[in-house]
Amino acid sequence: MSGYLLRRLLALLPTLLVASIIVFGVVRLVPGNVLDLMLSENDFASSSHETRAQLEEALGLDKPIYVQYLVWMKNIVLHGDLGDSLWRNTSVLSEIGERLPITLELGLLSLFFALLIAVPVGIYSAVRQETLGDHVGRTFSIVALAVPNFWAGTLVVILPAMWWGWAPPNEIEPFFESPIQNLKVFLVPSLILGASLSAVVMRMMRTMMLEVLRQDYVRTAWAKGLPERTVVMRHAVKNALIPVITLVGILVPILFGGTVIIEQIFRLPGIGQLLLDAVTARDYPIITGVFLVAGVLVMTVNLLVDLCYGLLDPKVRFDRK
Amino acid sequence: MSAPLLQVSKLAVEFNGGVQAVRGVDFTVERGETVALVGESGSGKSVSALSVLQLLPYPNARHPDGSIRFRGEELMTASPQRMRRLRGGRIGMIFQEPMTSLNPLHTVEKQIRESLLVHKGLSKADARERVLELLRLVQIPEPERRLTAYPHELSGGQRQRVMIAMALANDPDLLIADEPTTALDVTVQAQILDLIKDLQQRLGMGVLLITHDLNVVQRVSDRMVVMQDGRVVEHGETAAVLARPTHSYTRALVEAEPSGQPRPLAGNAAEVLQARDVRVQFPLKAGVFGRVRDYFRAVDGVSLQLRAGETVGVVGESGSGKTTLGLALLRLTGASGQIRFDGHRLDAYKGRALRGLRKSMQIVFQDPFGSLSPRMSVEQIVAEGMDVHRIATDKADREARIVQALEEVGLGAELRHRYPHELSGGQRQRVAFARALALKPRLLVLDEPTSALDRSVQAQVVELLRDLQARHGLAYIFISHDLKVVKAMSHYVLVMKEGRVVEEGETAAIYEDPREPYTRQLLAAALNIR
Repeated sequence: MSGYLLRRLLALLPTLLVASIIVFGVVRLVPGNVLDLMLSENDFASSSHETRAQLEEALGLDKPIYVQYLVWMKNIVLHGDLGDSLWRNTSVLSEIGERLPITLELGLLSLFFALLIAVPVGIYSAVRQETLGDHVGRTFSIVALAVPNFWAGTLVVILPAMWWGWAPPNEIEPFFESPIQNLKVFLVPSLILGASLSAVVMRMMRTMMLEVLRQDYVRTAWAKGLPERTVVMRHAVKNALIPVITLVGILVPILFGGTVIIEQIFRLPGIGQLLLDAVTARDYPIITGVFLVAGVLVMTVNLLVDLCYGLLDPKVRFDRK
Repeated sequence: MSAPLLQVSKLAVEFNGGVQAVRGVDFTVERGETVALVGESGSGKSVSALSVLQLLPYPNARHPDGSIRFRGEELMTASPQRMRRLRGGRIGMIFQEPMTSLNPLHTVEKQIRESLLVHKGLSKADARERVLELLRLVQIPEPERRLTAYPHELSGGQRQRVMIAMALANDPDLLIADEPTTALDVTVQAQILDLIKDLQQRLGMGVLLITHDLNVVQRVSDRMVVMQDGRVVEHGETAAVLARPTHSYTRALVEAEPSGQPRPLAGNAAEVLQARDVRVQFPLKAGVFGRVRDYFRAVDGVSLQLRAGETVGVVGESGSGKTTLGLALLRLTGASGQIRFDGHRLDAYKGRALRGLRKSMQIVFQDPFGSLSPRMSVEQIVAEGMDVHRIATDKADREARIVQALEEVGLGAELRHRYPHELSGGQRQRVAFARALALKPRLLVLDEPTSALDRSVQAQVVELLRDLQARHGLAYIFISHDLKVVKAMSHYVLVMKEGRVVEEGETAAIYEDPREPYTRQLLAAALNIR
């Protein structure tokens, strides 16, 4: 197991390196230039070439792009430093560190709600195939798939405000000081994100359950005289979960994309908002930093998913001879 | 007089769409006797057996009529709770595929224990004793170590033993065995059948055995019930029925054993294939960086030669390397050693040169269900190879070649617009032959081409293959675990074990005077019945 883990962790390094090059390069391909933005912002639009060159040098943007990349890389490797924001005098790490917990909580809660809805409904739908409950579950999943979460989110913010003058809270208290207050803020946005994710997971769960329920070992379980509950929960579900977990790994990047939008709608100061602001302002270090952190997170989740196989499926117990 | 252990009368089973799988079936099983339910695929034998425990996919299946009495108690109208108590309690069941019939995520102990906990309410500690006792009963070596094993860590035979242990956990009165040995190697088959027979006598159970294999019937059953198209066509004492079958279908079954011999070889037949010291190795890796520590030798230095019109049979149990050898000879897997095909050094060829030769060497696989693409019509399947090699000159020629290939394997030209799922197993395998033959090959590797087919269909396929060989001077590599079919097909036989050839020779010599103990063991297990 530890050998396997070490191998996987080492394999992350080249992936990260390639990802960092892409991230660093692509960000600078976005049309528009941070210098122009800064100069016009400060009403230096008509300023001389000299001012512009000074600013460029001060920000370290005068060097060729590969030199910029190498400097950036050197700072990451030697000091764990992702650089400073071009606009604010803060380090990228502290900006991200401040906001990451909010996005993580939103993401984890969404995932939690997605699974909380999808797994039981998927199981029920498969076991009671073609009944009213199955149809209701499947209809819900179609609706959740079809309704974009930015639209659902906008409605939830606007309609109650119009009708009752109520708006979802967004004063974030630290979770460990007042968990209830904290969860109140995250409840609605994570439910909306979770519901849209749950649709895909539910359909997968249902399909896998139908598949597994037809397997010979499920027939064996019936032939043992087990009650339905045991046959389904003990023999079918665990087998059906394996591909569903793969799907969850694939959904994490999509989930991250969803948080960017939902944070904006619910005015949550998370990574998504940071990223959006940074893109608008062409704040390159922030953008590359966020992408890099997101990349590490996605890779970590997928590594966790692979390790989960080992827990679920004895055939993939690593290093077991 | 007490009621029979199991009495099935007028049983009928209907599936959605109005398919009547079983129509008015009667049979009984007494305490301490083994009754065999015999028939080919689609005869309704498995459906009848599953009806007893109500394991059919209800409500897609229905019983319009019939009664099933177990020790006098009617099961058709029994409550779900009552049925649960009988399943795995008074009536145990084992299935054909020990690979898939055990839950891959549960240990052996957990799977066997489950029956005990549900029916007897034992504590886990007490259950462990009983599980060990059961594993000893079914003769699993080192039962203590097997407790924590998962199904994939056991051999096929061991898995079936675990299944039997599970079925017997609560001392059932009746054991239903649905093709319990079909998926196993011949030597293992014999062991499992002996085990079932032995346990039945010791425990005094009634056994209902479902099988298509008359050897199995003869070996273990007291009485037999022959089914065809959902009806019982003949029943009686096994020995009497086999000796003097009265119904034409039973007679056909009994006579369906593949027989005869391949046509004699012409003295001047040209050499088609010569292989010397063929080896296939798979690396075994270990450590953080996956260094290669050792090799698994799937094929370990095999040599053979083959002339036009000749069949070399390759026999061996699963894992002996016979399929890998077939793939290696056609360069479908990496291998070392010399392979000369039709004067070409195959091992030195690659890419385009090799592709040019491909049409002259074809392969047909075991499973006619899995090896034909379900999305292609018969015509597309047969024509694909021809199109790749640009054999047909124009559209009319292409059409003519397709029809010719189909007719050669005994299929009507009208079948070419059908899809594989619309064909029977025998027809599918014929399509696979037609696909290969359309390219006018010189060499055909036949990898268990008859194993997935019913006996009566097997005999026809063997006849067809011999006929095609004589007509076109085809050379065959015939890979099979079925020694009877190999005998009916081959001029020369290689016996493989663990990647090596342990014995080889003319077919008659091998079958009449086997020298190696392993060959003798194989032959004894496969042929000792008649």
